[in-house]
Amino acid sequence: MELTGKSTVSVFGAVFATLLVPALLIAGQAQANPQGVDTVKVTPTSEGHPFAEIYSGWYFRSPETQRLQEDDFENPAFLWVEQGEELWSEVDGAANKSCASCHNDAADSMATAGANMPKWNEALGKPVNLEQQINLCRTGRMEAEPWKWESNELLSMTSYVKLQSRGQPVEVATDGPMKPWFDKGKEIYYTRVGQLDMACSNCHEDYYGQQIRADRLSQGQTSGFPTYRLKWQKIGSLHRRFKGCMANIRATPYKVGSDEFLALELYTAWRGQGLPVEAPAVRN
Amino acid sequence: MATVKPRVKAPKSATTGEIITIKTLISHKMESGQRKDKQGNLIPRQIINHFTARYNGEVVFEVDIEPAISANPYLQFNMRVEEPGEFEFIWNDDDGSVYATKQKLKVG
Repeated sequence: MELTGKSTVSVFGAVFATLLVPALLIAGQAQANPQGVDTVKVTPTSEGHPFAEIYSGWYFRSPETQRLQEDDFENPAFLWVEQGEELWSEVDGAANKSCASCHNDAADSMATAGANMPKWNEALGKPVNLEQQINLCRTGRMEAEPWKWESNELLSMTSYVKLQSRGQPVEVATDGPMKPWFDKGKEIYYTRVGQLDMACSNCHEDYYGQQIRADRLSQGQTSGFPTYRLKWQKIGSLHRRFKGCMANIRATPYKVGSDEFLALELYTAWRGQGLPVEAPAVRN
Repeated sequence: MATVKPRVKAPKSATTGEIITIKTLISHKMESGQRKDKQGNLIPRQIINHFTARYNGEVVFEVDIEPAISANPYLQFNMRVEEPGEFEFIWNDDDGSVYATKQKLKVG
């Protein structure tokens, strides 16, 4: 099977490869690629990455689920993207501003924003992710109320902003002040927790491609978030998914927006460097 | 989604006799009536129960929808067009609400 689509050489050395189907993965994988995304299998650009090749979560889903993502009309996540687009120009808060007042056309100003999160915030002395950055703008610049993490408004805005970066390779800074957060995220990734005594790596590193009950394990990449999960019947945030994973192994989940999840988000973004932003994706 | 939004994807023009594909998507929770809330009470059913597509007033496609259909129902159908006109798409909610949208089609 061959990947169709134009050839692109990115500065990070992502390469197209013939889509061989390893024994781990099911045969008869859908041939087409997600809308606007050139590849779902790349050589990771992160130095010291445990894998030789990284796969987007799209790769592990059934052909029917994959197909849903290929068409921007059929992809239910776009119901939220549309709302995000409206909210972008909506004035809110005492300062009488909208996102557009400062950021103008999202297609320009947000072209790479979604690919570089989380990133360092000097004023706060810690990294922030997209949800937090949006709320910082709302409270600080717009003098408006922050949106709740899993509210339709914040989900709409994050999916709309991330969409502008679709196709951009994920790239995050993990050095300098980010290093302790990266290390913390890595530690969380590999630490067993919960009644089932499992770490993220036990599923997503040791057994990706294999079945757990009725589900096929992915590599736990985050390039598709926020994502429309068929299980949720709506779009949801990465931290919501983190919570779900922890609940699955009977561990007490960290809170959305917590330092732990932020560190984990940074580390998992590092594990996905080289993959293009795929948001808003469709997963099961 | 708080508000219910219909979306339609249909060609703006077609040749006489061409078979076109119309895709529709509407955001709706499609509460089946079988789920229970945290207190154990049944969450009442509220779904889109009917979809009608009319072309120049005439019904060309109609669906009775049951609770098995999941949230944000997607409906797609094909149609042979012989004349120019206007589509009307109507979704009926259990609570009596009607969501509708129109789209013109040039044929020639």
